Amino acid sequence: MSWLLALPVILPFATAVLVFLLRSRGAAGRWLSVAGCGLLLVVSILLMAATWREGVIAAQMGGWPAPFGITLVADLLSAVMVLITAITGLAVAVYALADIDERRETLGYHALFQILLAGVCGAFLTGDIFNLYVWFEVMLIASFGLLVLGGDKAQLDGGIKYVTLNLVSTVMFLTGIALLYGLTGTLNMADLHGAVREVENQGLLTVVAVVFMIAFGVKAAVFPLFFWLPASYHTPPVAVSAVFAGLLTKVGVYALIRTFTLIFTEDTAYTHNLLLVVAALTMVTGVLGAAAQNEFRKILSFHIVSQIGYMILGLALYTPLALVGAVFYLVHHIIVKANLFLVSGVAKRLTGSFELSAIGGLYKSSPFLAVLFLIPAFSLAGFPPLSGFWAKFLLVKASLEVEAYLIAAVALVVGLLTIFSMTKIWAEAFWKPHPEGKEPVLSALDARARMALMAPILALATLTIIIGFYPEPFVIFAERSAAQLLDPALYVRAVLGAAT
Amino acid sequence: MNSLILSAATRILVALMLVFSVYMLLRGHNEPGGGFIGGLLATIGIVLYAIAHGSAAARKALRLDPLTIAMGGLGIALLAGVLAVLFGDPFFSGQWSFPFAEGGDKGFPISTVLLFDIGVYLVVVGAVLAIVLGLEEEV
Amino acid sequence: MEVLLALLIGILVTASVYLMLARNVMRFLFGLVLLSNAANLTIFVAGRLTPESPALVPAGMLTPQGLVANALPQALVLTAIVIGFGLFAFALVLVYRGYDALGTLDTDAMRHAEPIEDNEPTAKGKLEGTSL
Repeated sequence: MSWLLALPVILPFATAVLVFLLRSRGAAGRWLSVAGCGLLLVVSILLMAATWREGVIAAQMGGWPAPFGITLVADLLSAVMVLITAITGLAVAVYALADIDERRETLGYHALFQILLAGVCGAFLTGDIFNLYVWFEVMLIASFGLLVLGGDKAQLDGGIKYVTLNLVSTVMFLTGIALLYGLTGTLNMADLHGAVREVENQGLLTVVAVVFMIAFGVKAAVFPLFFWLPASYHTPPVAVSAVFAGLLTKVGVYALIRTFTLIFTEDTAYTHNLLLVVAALTMVTGVLGAAAQNEFRKILSFHIVSQIGYMILGLALYTPLALVGAVFYLVHHIIVKANLFLVSGVAKRLTGSFELSAIGGLYKSSPFLAVLFLIPAFSLAGFPPLSGFWAKFLLVKASLEVEAYLIAAVALVVGLLTIFSMTKIWAEAFWKPHPEGKEPVLSALDARARMALMAPILALATLTIIIGFYPEPFVIFAERSAAQLLDPALYVRAVLGAAT
Repeated sequence: MNSLILSAATRILVALMLVFSVYMLLRGHNEPGGGFIGGLLATIGIVLYAIAHGSAAARKALRLDPLTIAMGGLGIALLAGVLAVLFGDPFFSGQWSFPFAEGGDKGFPISTVLLFDIGVYLVVVGAVLAIVLGLEEEV
Repeated sequence: MEVLLALLIGILVTASVYLMLARNVMRFLFGLVLLSNAANLTIFVAGRLTPESPALVPAGMLTPQGLVANALPQALVLTAIVIGFGLFAFALVLVYRGYDALGTLDTDAMRHAEPIEDNEPTAKGKLEGTSL
């Protein structure tokens, strides 16, 4: 099993080395990056199959036994996150064939992209909280590079805000690890599950939990800590911001779900209620922020924030159904959000701008693109029968079950406001004629670029439709995954062996 | 910097530091030292050269782009981890070989652990030099 | 000893928060360095301080002799220092590049990614508002 767990990390690293050495050869490096993502997808499907068959699987790197060595663990949540990372990675790698200019390629775009994927996969698979920190850093340094690659003024400006605020979160994370280690004497997450219950001063543990909550909260862009996101995500090329939008904040959400179901579950009355308030405020501020924007990618950026609120809501309610909703939401959201960013890139190509007031006419001249925008946009807003509807349905039902009527109402109202934003983009970019009378037809792009840009969008939209029309297997999957999250004993046994 | 003393002394110092950095790298398995500290020492040597003769000369002396060195190092470190699988062990298990071993003598031990350390050495040299030379040329 | 280090960490955090509240990005970065040093010291103290010898195995032995200091926090701190060093070096280059391209270190004046819109209250508008 060892190789199956290690490959999702090793493959992107190996690809990164190769594409970096080929960075000035143009096509070879580009296609190698796509091939690396394809292999990653194959491996992640195998990993998914293995966890589906055997439950939680774990491997010790270097043969050192847990809790001393480096542990890699995959439960269903980790496996599906790796799978979705591979899907998004492949889609963006194909899109990048036509989106990234040669200057950025020679500076090492593809290598940084692969290192980012390695960091994301590592964060999903690690079973050790200090290694989680290391993977966050791998991911962070690659994302720093990608964000400012090319060095436009707006990119540098957004980059400075992104870098500084994320560094603060990193230091918070490190402090949290230090305090947790001081209290328990271990860093292995499975071992921590047992060790935190033996800590005498449970009040201190709650403080540590909140430190972690802040650290991961910055990464996940939740309510008072999200400012770096809308300041930076609209500045880099689309092939960068799509992968950021799809994956980076979700690593923060994953870390929150992992730590607050496995480690910090003693004082849920405090921690999870705090998360609930945060979730509600995140949803509302995100969607209101989006309503005030008039730039394609800025609107989408604020919607990332608002959608993060839904996932946190699932975690905060901490009932089986709510966690099912959270897992379902995570999977659905990554696909939809990355896709919307990819569509925005094509729209910019055809019309010449991201500013909604300066573009238009897409519906009339390229109806195909319009349909491909409508699918993820309506899914994001939660229209039946698309994937977003089921995700929201599960979460609202879970809140009604525990009689949290207020939060259910907030979730529904935010859904409505999301439609408002999506309609705004639709009306401005697609419906109204182009202000300069341009005809933004798809055939303006040459055939190869059109293939590279449209194929990933089409593939992701198809996935959204499949999840929407056949939600049953996905819900069953999310149920099993949530059951694993609520019963950490399985996870602990897989890591530490039958002895405990 | 145009100083005769510095550029004359640099010739000897750089060579010394590079040799010492390799010594640190090799002794790192059982005693304080290792790839990271060795790499930093080598970097300091090359930075000294860059101060004395300019960063363009330092880049020329390196022959390879610093980032290429770093990525090559990453590749070597990965290779060291993957080699273990060929012998049926988990990733990153150390693999040892003792050629010329006789009786109690360990002969000439070579291992994937050393290979990994060499990778770390190259990553440190490449990454730090990329930053330092980059900054040097910017300012 | 723990108390002394705890005090030191407190002082470092205080100074770093003071620096990080400045609008100048350079000051912010210096504050960040202090903060990350404070975090590293916290890890170090979390491993408990013992006046023992380093955790090295003498030649010919299989285990260290006598009591040794906890080696794990040292390894963690080393890792954190290395990572912090890399990130900080990157941030420094970025801020320098930013200063070159944007011509300012004042965060309030960095409005290229989020340009000031017509309907937005500017600093000038606020001043006029207070004078009324």
